[in-house]
Amino acid sequence: MLAWTIYVSIAGALAARLAPSKQLARILALLAALSGLALSLTALAHWQPGQLVTVANVPWIPQLGISYHLAADGISLTLLLLTGIAATAGILFSWNINERTQEFFAFYLVLIAGVYGVFLSFDLFLLFVFYEIAIIPKYFLIAIWGSVPRDAAPGKEGSQREYAAMKLALYSFAGSALVLAGMVAAWVMSGSVTGTHTLDLQALAAIPFTQHFQMWAFPMVFVGFAVLAGMWPFHTWAPTGHAAAPTAASMLLAGVVMKLGAYGCLRVAMMLFPAGLNPWGFHVLGFGSWRDVIAVLAIIGIVYGASVALVQRDFKFIIGYSSVSHMGFVLLGLMTLTQIGLDGAVLQMFSHGIIAGLLFAVVGRMVYDRTHTRQLSELSPMRLAHVIPFAAVTFVLAAMASIGMPGFSGFVAEFQIIVGAWRTLPWMAAIAGAGILIGIAFTWRALTTVFFGERPAHAGADHGHPLPPITLPEKLGSLLLLVSTLTVGLYPAILTRLILPALQSPLFDGLRNGAWR
Amino acid sequence: MTPIASQVAAPTAWILRYLWLIPVLPILAAGFSALLPKAQRRLSATLAIGSMSGSLLLAIWALVHTIAEPAVQFVNFPWFQFGAQWVALGWLLDPLAAVMLVMVTFVGLLIFIYSLGYMAHDDNFTRFFCFLSLFAGAMLGVIIANSLLLLFMCWEVVGLTSYLLIGFWFHRPAAAAAAKKAFIVTRVGDLGLLLGMVWLYAQSGTLLFYNSGAGCLEHTAVAAMGAHLTAAGMAVSTGIGLLIFCGAVGKSGQVPLHVWLPDAMEGPTPVSALIHAATMVAAGVYLMARVYPLLDHTTLAVIAWVGAITAFFAACIAVAQNDIKRILAYSTVSQLGYMMLGLGVGGVAVGMFHLITHAFFKSLLFLGAGSVIHGCSEEQDIRNMGGLRRFMPITFVTYAAAMLALCGFPLFAGFWSKDAILERAHLWGLSLGPYYLGALGALLTAFYMTRQMYYVFFGPQRAPEAAAKPSDSPRPPEQCVIVHPHESPSVMTVPLVLLAVFAVFLGFVGTPAWPWFQSFLSAQPLTFNVHAFLEPGLIPLMLYSSLLVFAGLLLGWWFYGRKAIVRATDPDALGRRIPLVFHALAHRLYVDEIYGVTVIALTRFVSAFSAFLDRFIFGGVVNLVSWFVTGLGWFDSGVDRFVVNGGFDLGCREVNFGGRLIASLQNGRVQNYLRVIAGALVVFAALLLWGHRG
Repeated sequence: MLAWTIYVSIAGALAARLAPSKQLARILALLAALSGLALSLTALAHWQPGQLVTVANVPWIPQLGISYHLAADGISLTLLLLTGIAATAGILFSWNINERTQEFFAFYLVLIAGVYGVFLSFDLFLLFVFYEIAIIPKYFLIAIWGSVPRDAAPGKEGSQREYAAMKLALYSFAGSALVLAGMVAAWVMSGSVTGTHTLDLQALAAIPFTQHFQMWAFPMVFVGFAVLAGMWPFHTWAPTGHAAAPTAASMLLAGVVMKLGAYGCLRVAMMLFPAGLNPWGFHVLGFGSWRDVIAVLAIIGIVYGASVALVQRDFKFIIGYSSVSHMGFVLLGLMTLTQIGLDGAVLQMFSHGIIAGLLFAVVGRMVYDRTHTRQLSELSPMRLAHVIPFAAVTFVLAAMASIGMPGFSGFVAEFQIIVGAWRTLPWMAAIAGAGILIGIAFTWRALTTVFFGERPAHAGADHGHPLPPITLPEKLGSLLLLVSTLTVGLYPAILTRLILPALQSPLFDGLRNGAWR
Repeated sequence: MTPIASQVAAPTAWILRYLWLIPVLPILAAGFSALLPKAQRRLSATLAIGSMSGSLLLAIWALVHTIAEPAVQFVNFPWFQFGAQWVALGWLLDPLAAVMLVMVTFVGLLIFIYSLGYMAHDDNFTRFFCFLSLFAGAMLGVIIANSLLLLFMCWEVVGLTSYLLIGFWFHRPAAAAAAKKAFIVTRVGDLGLLLGMVWLYAQSGTLLFYNSGAGCLEHTAVAAMGAHLTAAGMAVSTGIGLLIFCGAVGKSGQVPLHVWLPDAMEGPTPVSALIHAATMVAAGVYLMARVYPLLDHTTLAVIAWVGAITAFFAACIAVAQNDIKRILAYSTVSQLGYMMLGLGVGGVAVGMFHLITHAFFKSLLFLGAGSVIHGCSEEQDIRNMGGLRRFMPITFVTYAAAMLALCGFPLFAGFWSKDAILERAHLWGLSLGPYYLGALGALLTAFYMTRQMYYVFFGPQRAPEAAAKPSDSPRPPEQCVIVHPHESPSVMTVPLVLLAVFAVFLGFVGTPAWPWFQSFLSAQPLTFNVHAFLEPGLIPLMLYSSLLVFAGLLLGWWFYGRKAIVRATDPDALGRRIPLVFHALAHRLYVDEIYGVTVIALTRFVSAFSAFLDRFIFGGVVNLVSWFVTGLGWFDSGVDRFVVNGGFDLGCREVNFGGRLIASLQNGRVQNYLRVIAGALVVFAALLLWGHRG
């Protein structure tokens, strides 16, 4: 039944494209996203912990051992839920798109279909196909409907958008190239080890690849996927891409697309080539394994992203860099190789998807679409807390969630990651904690400057230009995201009961028997 | 984690089962108030005060229950699972928690009532009571938490409400800045607490304090952690204890993280009284008392020294401040230092006794200051006050009682609790340093409080136009006009009187002769023993500290009371004697400035550097790649145009030429054909002839 999330999205894309009126296109798109969410929620309600549901398994190119294999375990389901929530909220926050509306929602839903496909694929080739499907609409969404920083040279707005779109596409494809190479290698090796070539993830996970092969295949595939997860130093597509994208696309980009990368790291690189995490047997610059290298990169990403966000003058770039920082926690969680750390990493994927979506919704839709500026210096005198109090309250809550205030999902996730990291890499946990601290500083800086700025010298200016009030779709979207993060924050068992059994399934045997502590 | 156990399968005591109601009642009130429209002022205040009264009754019930059954009782419940492990939360009830519960709900209730009068004219009255209730709920949550994780969660919510309430008048830039500073500085400490918690969890596998022998404060875990050494040769429990202490340092304003507390006085005065004097800032002390079984000698020594230094340091700064609330804020920092000192040298009961007495007299001082500010049209600079004794008799009398209690005037509450701390510090085996620092601090306390009393309540009423002079008062000068000083309404003075009664008499529950409080906390049998006073060394020590107090009072009188302060512009009497020192103290020993040029500058530099890196190095790499690719494109297109295309074109031209050449052979003119044929014949003939000859 979960496969219908993909089909419904594609059908929604077609319907939205062919819809005779803009309003109808919006409604159709919303219906498609809602049915995706409903499907995921139904699956959640009927879920047996630890189960691996095969949704479809049909031979596709039997000569190459490729099949149309869709399946879901607890990790997939967590991310399907995230996709459903983020997609629905994204459509609610793009209700005001008036330019080429039908095409916008068509591209949007194709992207969603691709994302659902990646999370459901249990065949490496199929996963790769969906992964590429997700990249293409991103380019168009940014290049056509993107928003432009104010300091862009006049007449160059288009090139700014295209620069960001192109940067994102190039980085994605460079990552894909690494993944493709890894995939081909896995296909070849599967033939030489077992005699039959296969790309089925379940089959591949059971194949004992040689240590030597995994040692080079693991970093290649991991880095290939980690590019999309915003791993430092391959993160630079993220802030510019987020900033240039239209609101809904930034929400999806930070909320879901970055998770594709992180999911690939876990599902493909770590699940198929776990021995790649073993020690090299020698030390270079103090690094003894790929695990050390990636963990350090993750830590750098956490601190670095937060530091850069601290000095940005563009509201959207602040949030863009915060994503780099928070995704660093995901990668760190993966590299702890402890149950609690991995659990935290998957939970953080969910949590960050929701919270980043909310932050981008406030910045892009509620503030930018009304004020037409993203510069802190220009927003500050507007004293937006008085003009659009709903946006201020939403942002305060989102900021609290983002800095890991207990009660929101971010706290549970980051707490688990730090506990996991402490067991194996204590000093890294300490630095990651310092990253949280800088995170508070930049979040609070953005919050106070944008919403609680000082009264301008000519008092009363804030009543000069009343901004359009917050619309119902915006309120609904905010509510959906806030309820999601609070639910998981107060009752994390709702997701951990999915994630943990999945991590203990035979699929991850290699990881557990190898470098797992 | 070991299985979660309640001490009793189904706890029989109703109060234990429903202890969670104590924090939940105010939180519910906050939730309802949040949904109320602004105009529902009466309803929101009723909700807040009603819920606090309910919590107070339950807290008293809990206290009575604990007196009957002083052992720790707890209820745990699972929160979420990973693997075979459960993360559990829970609540507990023991004498320590019960005493704190009663103190917080009682002081809180009085301050809620006082706020009715103080905030009566504020537009955001509803929101104020919403935040205040949320704070009370979270604070009560901190007290009853039986899990460091739950304690931490409530602790963060407490910090958040403190932020919201300091910045309650956020349209004032100073208030907004102070709120931000408070939030970020306390979070520095909280980072330590978080790491300590993570370490504790990694070591003991549980964050429950008590869990039928399996909790992290119980013997097994503590012994294991004390025996386990870290790489640096330090016991693990020392490391954990110090990290947790970082959290307490941040929250309780200990040196060097005290900088946020004086600035926090930008909040409304009831907030300063409740949060930044009586309850939240004491949460750090409570946290250390709660995890006391975990602390070893090294940690306790650090706590004692940090406390002693804070007590002395903040008392020095308080001498040279001119804002009535700022003086009290530094005094609070100093007294928190005493509590930490007491905890470090004398154990839980000593520190907690001072915490409780201090909560009463310090909140009284703040409420009195609020009454003064209220009566003087929002003036806060003590130099612009004077002579208020005549206009505000109730405020004056209660303030004087609290001031004597704070100074440790014999028989007042502060005397007994502070004296116990100094006595234990004197007996402390490691060093007498903390004792001397504490004793000097006591002298300074009496001095700065006398100074404040003379400035505010004695002498003539000073000229309001003097306020137009540049001063460090937070308000613009035009507001600093005291129109008619007047006594506050009874909704404000009644809480003052009630608190004053406690400020005077509360000390008698913990005298050396009848140490009810101490024996209650440590669950030891209580004896009435007048001869305890005759223990060697006790009476002389009490005399010394009383002498110090008298000396402080006398010095204060000498400088400020001997000659009445006539004009607000008069330089400070002490400042004339030692201008350099006074100036440095007035600038709070430049701690803020030091942070400005060190920590903040460093962060700024790192951020700017990273941004630079991102913009020019990584951006540069992208640009370089794009230039390279573009360049390659240009090159390719050049190659295409000139080499590939050129070759193609050239080839085409040659073919063309050849074709034309050949085509010209067939131009259809018979004469040409014949000419060619003739020529050819000649050539062939010549060849044949040539060949034949050869």
